[in-house]
Amino acid sequence: MSSEPLVRWDWLAAHLGPIAGRIEQHLYLTLIAVSVGFAISFLLATVAIRRRRLYPLIVVVTTGVYTIPSFALFAALIVFSGPSVLSAEVPLIMYTLVLFVPNIVAGFDAVPWDVLDSADGMGYTPGQRWWHVELPLAIPLVVAGLRLATVSTIGLVTITSILGDSLGGLGYYILDGYHRTFTTEILVGGLLSIGLAVLADLGLVLLQRVLTPWTTAREAVR
Amino acid sequence: MDLVTATAQWLADPAQWQGPNGIPARLLEHLELSGVSLVIAALVAIPLGLWIGHTGRLSWLTVSSANAWRALPSFAVIGLLVPFTTRIDPTLGFTLYPTVVAMIVLAGPPILVNSYEGIAGVDRDLVDAARGMGMRERQILVGLEVPIALPVIATGIRLAAVQVIATATLGAIFGFGGLGRFIVLGDANQDNGELFGGVVLVAALALITFGLFVLLERRLVSPGLSSRTAS
Amino acid sequence: MEAAPLTTGPAGVETGTTRSEVRSGAASLEFRGVSKTYGSGSGAVVVGTPGAVNDLSFQVPAGAICVLVGPSGCGKTTTLKMVNRLIEPSAGQILLDGVDVQTEDVTALRRRIGYVIQQVGLFPHLTVGRNVAVVPALVGWSKARQRARSDELLSLVGLEPERYRNRYPAQLSGGERQRVGVARALAADPPLMLMDEPFAAVDPIAREGLQDEFLRLQKELAKTILFVTHDVDEAIKMGDLIAVLAEGGRLAQFGPPDEILSHPASDFVARFVGEDRGLKRLSLRTVADLKVEPIGPADGLPTFTPATKLRDALSILLVADTRGGIALDEAGRPRGLVTVDNIASALADEPANPRTRE
Repeated sequence: MSSEPLVRWDWLAAHLGPIAGRIEQHLYLTLIAVSVGFAISFLLATVAIRRRRLYPLIVVVTTGVYTIPSFALFAALIVFSGPSVLSAEVPLIMYTLVLFVPNIVAGFDAVPWDVLDSADGMGYTPGQRWWHVELPLAIPLVVAGLRLATVSTIGLVTITSILGDSLGGLGYYILDGYHRTFTTEILVGGLLSIGLAVLADLGLVLLQRVLTPWTTAREAVR
Repeated sequence: MDLVTATAQWLADPAQWQGPNGIPARLLEHLELSGVSLVIAALVAIPLGLWIGHTGRLSWLTVSSANAWRALPSFAVIGLLVPFTTRIDPTLGFTLYPTVVAMIVLAGPPILVNSYEGIAGVDRDLVDAARGMGMRERQILVGLEVPIALPVIATGIRLAAVQVIATATLGAIFGFGGLGRFIVLGDANQDNGELFGGVVLVAALALITFGLFVLLERRLVSPGLSSRTAS
Repeated sequence: MEAAPLTTGPAGVETGTTRSEVRSGAASLEFRGVSKTYGSGSGAVVVGTPGAVNDLSFQVPAGAICVLVGPSGCGKTTTLKMVNRLIEPSAGQILLDGVDVQTEDVTALRRRIGYVIQQVGLFPHLTVGRNVAVVPALVGWSKARQRARSDELLSLVGLEPERYRNRYPAQLSGGERQRVGVARALAADPPLMLMDEPFAAVDPIAREGLQDEFLRLQKELAKTILFVTHDVDEAIKMGDLIAVLAEGGRLAQFGPPDEILSHPASDFVARFVGEDRGLKRLSLRTVADLKVEPIGPADGLPTFTPATKLRDALSILLVADTRGGIALDEAGRPRGLVTVDNIASALADEPANPRTRE
């Protein structure tokens, strides 16, 4: 490998299409995992808020799942459902839970008591109160969880490349590049996946600012 | 059904428990290198984190470190290191070095951030009182701040340990040994017993490590701080 | 939803809503045998439980401020919250304009009643303008009307709409937030306002300002107000009628401030209003109420405008160490001599009538 130049630009130029396809696949896998994971987590969080006693159990289980190295979990899925999107998505979704649930719960817990009391006193129905008051105020922490889950998932999608050539998003190039001792491919896969994660992180920070203008409003100069 | 018996058979097979490719050897490999990486990372990150927390300088380092760590896929980190480590040593640079370097790099931030947060989380009033009593900076750090910060620092080490074990597992794809090797081989040989045996071993190692560290954290909290001493 | 023409309050002041979906003007409020017990399901009254209330009965006429005052745990907040049914009574009835509040849909009821709490509870995610318009938005006013009403009320509480409308609560001081809270409670022009220690969370100087401004507002709006406080001085200053609650939520005395100060019904009430209740009574009267002897020219003596409270006048005379002071009339001309004896004799009079709105 030492005689190889570090980057083969001609290969890069010739493969822009497939690379774009892999990026698309990467985003697609991430989106499914994050959406489904969020939906499940929201449900779990609602249960946890209503029945506080269940919350520690939920945390322990989701944390336990998260602790299992992803490689092991993906490999286990191959045995059950082969090199499919399902095999990729099940672990991906499971890994988002421990990042979403505590943040959603904390988000709703963070709504100040006096705001809830005055909302009731002014005549909001419970449903209106949840939608107009609790949900907006829970958003900062919920989006923080979304940020963690998205960035984590983007990283984990690279590992799905072990499931087969048809998967893996940008991780495909890392694995293939390693097997073929082809540095350019590794760089493409590695740097682009890092770049994707960073962009997603920044994008979600921006989203949070947009959704919650009151958190960035500065103290008025008196 | 077959999966369970296949796995059980593989785990029970005495041949798996001997030799340089046996379970104990791989386990040792996994633990040794994980331990070494963790220690190296801790030797750098803990003092740095304590210093940043105590003096308050360079705190941007911890924030950007935390962000970077979250955004770095470990798979990418190992992969990206390969072209460079192979220039140092073609053989080990292809199997051992990339994973070990990745383990150290990925273990650093959680330890750094938590060491910083542990110290920074100590009530400033306490520190002022200590200064006012004439304690020197180092005494304050060692005698006051660190004991209070210990549980948070321990959590950081736990996070790093879990990360390191996972990275070592992943490294098997890149030629590293350890327990991940069984998963790789099982997949290559279409031997579900071996594959799943590897999965079980890895999961067990990770969960046990996690549990041990949690116990350690509980032990490290001074009784005066713990809510358990409330009557 | 009834449509009502321009309505007037008891003092002849227009309350300013046309075509309103909420009934405006002021409502009378009556408590009949209201109790609240916690814990026991049998309905037996558990005296002494903090927050419990025991057989309260009193009447508040429309347009009056009634202050609930008492030590902590005497059930005053519980009483307040039973009116808008945030807490449901265990026994008895609460009548708003003669109608039992239990008979009305609870959400509709709450939208008709203004509610101000100590921590204000402004919604952090809404601008000040939107906060004020919360209830109008709930009952379906148009955006334009909401905005107009919001601006109107912000001006009313002394906050310039241009400056405050688009700010967020986090950007306001404590006193400003309290004002927004009051504006918000007034937005749908409710016939009744419930206020739970609304001015307690600000410093004493700001508090006095808020109290004065609120009384000024009340002169204009003439709403029926149920006001909770633990501060006897605030109760005396703000209340047309005072309900003194004892521990266990028992009504110890009910009446105008001067009557409670001059004839406390029990040792408890006497202790609660304080040994200095004589002096407190003096702050209910002004120099204008005094009968004074006409007097020739007198130099160097302190002068008192008609609005000066007797308590302040007494304080000045004690310090000045002169034989008296000069009471002035509306035009600033000397009316007569004011002495310490003269002021003391004012206490011997029958209790002053409840403050009239005029």
